[in-house]
Amino acid sequence: MKLTLHVWRQKDARDPGGFKTYQLEDVTTHMSFLEMLDVLNQDLITAGEDPVAFDHDCREGVCGACGFVINGVAHGDQKGSTVCQLHMRHFADGDEVTIEPWRAKAFPVLRDLVVDRSAFDRILTAGGFISVRTGSAPEANSIPIPSEAAEHAMDFAECIGCGACVASCPNSAAMLFVGAKIAHLGLLPQGQPERERRALAMVEAMEREAFGSCTNYRACEAVCPKEISISGIARMNKDFRRALLSGSNRASGKRR
Amino acid sequence: MNLTQGLYSSTIGKKILMAVTGIILFGFVVGHMLGNLQLYLGAEQLNAYADKLQSLGPLLWVIRAGLAFCVGVHVVAAVQLWLRNRASRPVRYRLFRPPEVDYAARTMMWSGPIILLFILYHLGHLTVGCLHHDFIRGDVYHNVVTTFRIWWVAGFYMLANLLLAVHLYHGLWSLFQTFGWDHPLFGRARRWIAIGFAVLIGAGNVSLPLAVLAGVVR
Repeated sequence: MKLTLHVWRQKDARDPGGFKTYQLEDVTTHMSFLEMLDVLNQDLITAGEDPVAFDHDCREGVCGACGFVINGVAHGDQKGSTVCQLHMRHFADGDEVTIEPWRAKAFPVLRDLVVDRSAFDRILTAGGFISVRTGSAPEANSIPIPSEAAEHAMDFAECIGCGACVASCPNSAAMLFVGAKIAHLGLLPQGQPERERRALAMVEAMEREAFGSCTNYRACEAVCPKEISISGIARMNKDFRRALLSGSNRASGKRR
Repeated sequence: MNLTQGLYSSTIGKKILMAVTGIILFGFVVGHMLGNLQLYLGAEQLNAYADKLQSLGPLLWVIRAGLAFCVGVHVVAAVQLWLRNRASRPVRYRLFRPPEVDYAARTMMWSGPIILLFILYHLGHLTVGCLHHDFIRGDVYHNVVTTFRIWWVAGFYMLANLLLAVHLYHGLWSLFQTFGWDHPLFGRARRWIAIGFAVLIGAGNVSLPLAVLAGVVR
């Protein structure tokens, strides 16, 4: 099939960037979206032009590297899927496809469709961990975990940090990402000692970045490739509120 | 980060402030509507109720000041969050179709200011009386009935109260999230609770100008 692509091209972070239109003649329905871009890039390289830069790694929907906005929807219209798992059979001959990078002040574009998501890393470093005794592996049954809690925590642990939640939020808020991390660790016994400090530290780190606030649009939940629920945001809000009211952060000497 | 810093300097804290003031204002709206529904019980009942409120004296002013303070906090936090959200995406999408976003959520920043303007008009109209064509202090029944016979006044009241219902629907649902009141057992019910309250308040408030306009209340 034939496709008309409108792709965001931007040389570097300082370049204002703009859309460029490309025609693709022989797109097969078996290609993934990224393979379709590989074909485009091969054409561009043959013609002596710069290929379109985009992030990708595992190409099986589990690493969180890929992601851009296709026709206005993060990761495209297929629910519960990353771009690499979207196949061209969902498109029709003659379609026009607009491809844009995640757009958020907190995610500056580095080149074409590649954005800097290190804001997520800074939030994770602030509190996305538990204190464990390192060294030999502990006895597997030494910490009993109810299977419901383990399953529930896994639902949030599925977050791959792709950034689609921020990209599709009208406020560019990172609440679903941070909520998923806080809920994931807060549901497990190993996550209890730092639970309040974690909520404070991660929310503080999030607020330092240029993300917006939550207005409960739920667009994040709808585009999340791992279909993470906004109940994670409710859990984050609750942990944050409890931490504020208990004042436990002051007891720890971490006054800021 | 202490409590005041946490409430003021974080977006989640600001949402907590909006939720707490929102609950108080929501409670006022419910009480105000229940009081107003006494219009259906006739002039004597409604005017006696108004007299009772006026007899609260200084306490009435304490309540009024408290409500005004809540409105102030609610509005300031909303504007600050709105400005932050606007700044969060300096380069816009050419094509943006975020799924799920419902009408009430998108229009909070419109329904809010319109309701605020309506409240100011309403205070001048039926509390102070300076915007009323035939205001008689103390005769609430007369003031209400004579003004709602004017179609555009009744229409404006109905429009503002429909917007208020939409605003309360999203606000009520949102505050469940903000407070973290979520549970697998009632998580889904939260939306229906919000819809239920919004419909009751919207219907109760809109019915008053409608009843006068239709000649049911004379």
